[in-house]
Amino acid sequence: MATQSEKQTNRRDFLYVATGAVGAVGAAAVAWPLIDQMNPDASVLALASIEFDLSSVGVGESVTIKWRGFPVFVRHRTPEEIEEARAVPLDALKDPETDAQRVKEGHEEWLIMIANCTHLGCVPVGEAGEYDGWFCPCHGSHYDTAGRIRKGPAPKNLVVPEYQFLSDTVVQIG
Amino acid sequence: MSHKSTYEPKTGFEKWMDERLPIIRLGYDSFVDFPSPKNLNYFWTFGGILAIFLVIQIVTGVILAMHYTPHADLAFNSVEHIRRDVNWGRLIQAAHANGASFFFLAVYIHIFRGLYYGSYKAPREVLWILGVVIFLLMMATAFMGYVLPWGQMSFWAATVITNFFSAIPLVGEGLMVFLRGAFAVDNATLNRFFSLHYLLPFMIAGVVGLHIWALHVPGNNNPTGVEVKTKADTVPFHPYLTMKDLFAIVVFMIPFAWFVFFAPDILGHPDNYIPADPQVTPPHIVPEWYFLPFYAILRAIDFNIGPIDSKLGGVIAMFGSIAIWFVVPWLDRSKVRSGAFRPMFKWFYWIWVVNFIGLTYLGAQPAEGVYVILSKTATFYYFAYFLIILPFLPRIETTLPLPASISESVLAKHKTEAAE
Repeated sequence: MATQSEKQTNRRDFLYVATGAVGAVGAAAVAWPLIDQMNPDASVLALASIEFDLSSVGVGESVTIKWRGFPVFVRHRTPEEIEEARAVPLDALKDPETDAQRVKEGHEEWLIMIANCTHLGCVPVGEAGEYDGWFCPCHGSHYDTAGRIRKGPAPKNLVVPEYQFLSDTVVQIG
Repeated sequence: MSHKSTYEPKTGFEKWMDERLPIIRLGYDSFVDFPSPKNLNYFWTFGGILAIFLVIQIVTGVILAMHYTPHADLAFNSVEHIRRDVNWGRLIQAAHANGASFFFLAVYIHIFRGLYYGSYKAPREVLWILGVVIFLLMMATAFMGYVLPWGQMSFWAATVITNFFSAIPLVGEGLMVFLRGAFAVDNATLNRFFSLHYLLPFMIAGVVGLHIWALHVPGNNNPTGVEVKTKADTVPFHPYLTMKDLFAIVVFMIPFAWFVFFAPDILGHPDNYIPADPQVTPPHIVPEWYFLPFYAILRAIDFNIGPIDSKLGGVIAMFGSIAIWFVVPWLDRSKVRSGAFRPMFKWFYWIWVVNFIGLTYLGAQPAEGVYVILSKTATFYYFAYFLIILPFLPRIETTLPLPASISESVLAKHKTEAAE
């Protein structure tokens, strides 16, 4: 008797599984708001794109502006720096990208990048390091004059955000 | 607990209580007539010291929360307000900040004691694992507490440590934003860290309860590593070890008090007295001293290992350096428990301790030149100790003869001392 009822699937088994399934879905539905509240809220997500006037940044100067809570480097590169970045062969790079891929055509002197080291997010120091670009003081990553990782623990080049030139002197980031 | 209860309710109230909630019996069996090995040395007092420090941190922390404001615009000034305006706030804040340091000092001694005397070996694996869990909770709590003053070091510690999670393939970036509640560390991050910093100590207290429970089932290990065999090997916990613990606690409090009264900021960083600035990273960021060894291991991996890039590799090595403690009971193949009877093990053990202190030093140095090479070497030895020495040393090591019992070892020691 007992062995037979163990083998057969009966209505009670179905009810167990069905109740358990509904319970699990219910528990997940209750848990989700409690978890999702941790994600960025509406006021954070509402941060729109920004416009920036480049005319105040002279050759060889850089500024750091804030976008979506991130610091962003805007660097007006010197011709020597551009030359230096272009001269690097791709196979010398950890994260191969040409200089042209990191700037907008016709605006090669402007390098716009999120200013957080791709290792653990510190803000690197400008015009420093072994490759004349940026040096991250936290864990010793060196970036070149195109913001590409050359040495140290960072895995990627400094991130170039989405941006476009509205005119010769105004960029829109985001 | 596991030994036979010797509690006899005497008063009417005790008898009444014992039949309903035998909590007096539990306390008596755990902390009064608990049979403890009679040869425990002062390294065995750090459990008691740690319990006291957990209490100090919770009491001072609850008080600080009455005066602190967890908001990005106000947090920094509210800590200064505590230090300058609140009655006794200077002392309470200093006790809490330095208390964290002494808590970690004590826990390192406690852990290293366990590693030397083989306290992690059967039947104490669960006890050891619960200890590692407590250590991880302590690290999380200390880190989030360090963020609350919202100075430059606070802010950049939060940035760097939440960034660890972005190293995880596929889900990492999303997870990092989830933890921060924003794309970059911001007010939302500070708020939740305050909430969790208040929660975690109570979770620690809970796991400490399990840790003591797991201790009281097999009982204490001891310097010989030989299990208790008869009642003659033991003394009751009270008054022998309550008094010994109390004495050790008082001695340990002396340097703690010195720091609190005379040098409350010496263990901190001057940069943390600059309010948080998301635009500028301080030129040389370092964590609190008790995280430096793991920080050095993180930085030591600056090369890609096959498909694992240097960032993920560093994070794996850092978390792995603690996670490996979980499996130490199974990595150590020696049948002899205590390091006191293992002539070769002793050397490797003390080199490991010196190596750990070396990693602490290296974690505070800039990531350049000779420090990078030394960090890599020290990281290699750190892991080699667990993965090569503990499993394979017992194959070639001849251990010293073990005493037949704790009592015999104590008597033998007295005899040699008398002869001298």
